[in-house]
Amino acid sequence: MTQDTQTQDTDNPIQMPPERLLQVENLVKHFPITQGIFFRKQIAAVQAVSGISFHIDRGETFGIVGESGCGKSTTARCVLRLLEPTSGKVLYRAESSDGSSGSHEIIDIASANKAELRRLRREMQIVFQDPYASLNPRMTVASIIAEPLVVHGIGDTADRIERVKELLKVVGLNPEHTNRYPHEFSGGQRQRIGVARALALNPAFMVLDEPVSALDVSIQAQVLNLMGDLQDEFGLTYLFIAHDLSVVRHVCDRVGVMYLGRMAEVADRDTLYERPMHPYTHALMSAVPIPDPTIERNRRRIILEGDIPSPINPPTGCRFNTRCPRAEFPRCSEEIPALKEVEPDHWVACHFPEVKQVV
Amino acid sequence: MSEPLLQVSNLRTFFTTEEGIVRAVDGLSFTIHKGEKFGVVGESGSGKSVTALSIMRLIEAPAGEIVTGEIHFKGQDLLRLGDEEMRKIRGAQIAMIFQDPMTALNPVYTIGNQLVETIMLHQEVRKSQAVDIGIQALDDVHIPNPKVRMDDYPHQLSGGMRQRVMIAMGLSCNPDLLIADEPTTALDVTTQAQILHLMLELTEERDTAVMLITHDLGVVAGFCDNIQVMYAGRLAERGTTDFIFDNTFHPYTAGLLGSMTRLDEVREERLYSIRGAPPSLINPSNGCRFTPRCDFAQDICGSKTPLPREFGDGHWAACHFAPDLDLSRVKRAERVG
Amino acid sequence: MTDRNLPPGDGYAALDEAEGLTVEPVTQWQLFRSRFVRHRLAMMAAVVLGIILALALFADFLPLENPTDQLEDDNGRIVNLLSPRAEYWFGTDELGQDVLSRVIYGGRTSLTVAVLTGLMVATFGTLVGSIAGYYGGWIDTLLMRFTDLILSLPLLPVAIVAAAWLREAFRGREALSLAILLGTLLWGTLARIVRAEFLSLREKEFVEAARAAGARDRRIIFRHILPNALSPIIVNATLVIGLAIILEAALSFLGFGVRPPEPAWGAMAANGGRLAVGGSGAWWLVLFPSVALIVTVLSVNFLGDGLRDALDPTQTIERR
Repeated sequence: MTQDTQTQDTDNPIQMPPERLLQVENLVKHFPITQGIFFRKQIAAVQAVSGISFHIDRGETFGIVGESGCGKSTTARCVLRLLEPTSGKVLYRAESSDGSSGSHEIIDIASANKAELRRLRREMQIVFQDPYASLNPRMTVASIIAEPLVVHGIGDTADRIERVKELLKVVGLNPEHTNRYPHEFSGGQRQRIGVARALALNPAFMVLDEPVSALDVSIQAQVLNLMGDLQDEFGLTYLFIAHDLSVVRHVCDRVGVMYLGRMAEVADRDTLYERPMHPYTHALMSAVPIPDPTIERNRRRIILEGDIPSPINPPTGCRFNTRCPRAEFPRCSEEIPALKEVEPDHWVACHFPEVKQVV
Repeated sequence: MSEPLLQVSNLRTFFTTEEGIVRAVDGLSFTIHKGEKFGVVGESGSGKSVTALSIMRLIEAPAGEIVTGEIHFKGQDLLRLGDEEMRKIRGAQIAMIFQDPMTALNPVYTIGNQLVETIMLHQEVRKSQAVDIGIQALDDVHIPNPKVRMDDYPHQLSGGMRQRVMIAMGLSCNPDLLIADEPTTALDVTTQAQILHLMLELTEERDTAVMLITHDLGVVAGFCDNIQVMYAGRLAERGTTDFIFDNTFHPYTAGLLGSMTRLDEVREERLYSIRGAPPSLINPSNGCRFTPRCDFAQDICGSKTPLPREFGDGHWAACHFAPDLDLSRVKRAERVG
Repeated sequence: MTDRNLPPGDGYAALDEAEGLTVEPVTQWQLFRSRFVRHRLAMMAAVVLGIILALALFADFLPLENPTDQLEDDNGRIVNLLSPRAEYWFGTDELGQDVLSRVIYGGRTSLTVAVLTGLMVATFGTLVGSIAGYYGGWIDTLLMRFTDLILSLPLLPVAIVAAAWLREAFRGREALSLAILLGTLLWGTLARIVRAEFLSLREKEFVEAARAAGARDRRIIFRHILPNALSPIIVNATLVIGLAIILEAALSFLGFGVRPPEPAWGAMAANGGRLAVGGSGAWWLVLFPSVALIVTVLSVNFLGDGLRDALDPTQTIERR
């Protein structure tokens, strides 16, 4: 499998630059497909993530954007070890276990043991896409938000209620609503409850897995503003997973574009949107509608042919070669393009990168 | 503008539920002309899909009922037609495609089977002719190897392909009006671009009118001639696409525009956001239904329902203070306080 | 604190109004109650069952004859095979025992067997189903193949053979032996239902959220998943109770249930049937235990229907 992975130059595994919070190296996640009633044997694998690398600095928002099936949510869950990575490293700068402030240790989340993981869970949290599925319908708002406190044995009941009320205020909900059930709230409010739960343990790092894509347009802005405010107030670091390039442009400092389990392009926001170089990024951006009739009428769209290939049997070489308007054969179907730094802080995995303005 | 094709007036469609009567569409009037690309924009619960189903007469009794209204299509009132007459119009003259093509296609029949059935239902052709028309229809929507695909079952196709099949089916009888209810919402953005491109190309070719229902203002911007913004079962604003985007009179439309993130610009400031959530349509309060969420609301808004007024050139808005509100700060800038 | 979209002035009140939030919170219990009360048949069933249960529970305090006493008239003659009349509402049987008293005390036996069976099935089925569904893999394979085995047993033949053997082992406590037998045979369906629920619930985001918070398996299973699988468990347990009453009657009818003179509906109906065939014309011996049985089973099933509708989360008044 090693030849099937991409590498981004990374520093010495256990050393990370001081500003760095998270560093993912060669992350691979395959889901086995099994057959048989008694003895399950693996007959194939869904290659959801095939060796991706990226890093996130403290206080920044890193966005991973891509279409369904590109592996972005799988990546997020592997980073939090909600899924077991098949291989690769997820280095995280954790608060030191001796509790002295300011001292840190670097832990590989991918290989951490149960005790380490439980400690890490206090620092890393996640906000989910679907505010209807992410709150337990049989629990009150108070017990939902207090759950992380209970799990880690923090405070007594009175302390927890106080904390819940405080958190409700922080996310802009009426602190009197502790005894209500999720079904009474609108989608936007439920998403705020999910955010309050994620904040309960004062995490340093938060994965936002499509936090607004299930919400109505008028509600999306509320939640995006809230996430921005919270980042400023609590110095949070975000990994923002999304399929909507306009939202990503508004929210993220640096962005990685994924296609079929691989990173196609990574750059800081302005570079990516102003000077995209990967043909897939071009197609993706040109497909996003802009709410302005004058611009829309004059835009030239790059219409991609066909559909995304199956991750069970992905194309050889560059995975985009079957749909790429610029592909040259046989190179693109044989040689995997490495993620190379083509200009400062702008990484592209393409044999023929070219700047193209598509916005 | 050419002759009117569909004229809906004072439509009210209510649903009876355990909790009470839901006034899903509550007094809506609009006109779609021949060949027009008409966008209906609104959030969930705005009544946009119910409007479409009312036109198709697909409101399920006894829970749902069209309480009042007239729907004139090419001169006849659809609400006065018998079931058999309506069935002849449905699919042949007004076709509809849905958000989720998987549920709209029957999983146990092949694509060809369903396509041929639709064609034979509305056209006086023999089976072999219907098959040819079906293959042609699949070819028109750019499905590769249409002959082979006729034998595929829906689950063998991707979401984008299934939506193409639905469009092929919808257009196979050359309808005058195509109602597309969130046709691209379930699709990825590159597939969405393919499908919208295809719909525009095919309907322009045939001069088919399209009623495009969506929550995405970006989608209507490039597709539609006119837009109708709905809120809580009623009209908020209607006008040409350019006018709505550039000169909206209604705080809700302005709020929607202001709360959208855009691909082509970085907005360092916070987004404008409309507080709260769409209201329940069971026993809605008097007056303008947007009042509790509106930054411009005054006393009159909570007590008196603003009727849609025309401000010239087909531009209608339902707001007591149109066109006098200064909405510029809502549309782009930081909200104060 | 930055602007959290609080409208100026009245703050949270205006915010709640903009959200369209009801003033009074509605608890799950209120929702459940309002939906259940609307289910007329289930309400009636609940009342009827309540009466039957109360009679069975408090039979000792009622002015009833002892169910196993042979009643005599003033002349010391045994009053057997009397048709229903003012002194004996349900009549008497061939041994001179009061049928009304026997039906009520028989209900005690039948309901004990049924409720014990229901509890056993609920416990065992839930345990097996949740472990199989939550952990998956080889544990799942093992437990489910075992469940399949239980489900593939032919119910009545196995029950008869086992009952014949068990009633010797449990001499004098036949009700308990029947409950153990039926409980062992009937948990398979529930285990499958619970497993299916767990398979879908464990993928839910709120379960993932609990894992992300660091919760251990046991907490996730019992605190997060199980409460959401409660409605199918309760409904299935109710149906099992109905089934157990019928099976107990069937086994007693065939002579493998509770021993006479201990009263039980199935045995009473069987006995009455034999006498009726014998030409005694004592219809009341068949009618009253049978009606008691039918009414109880129907009520239990109606109650199950009502519970299913009232507990179904898809019928919750959801906001979208």
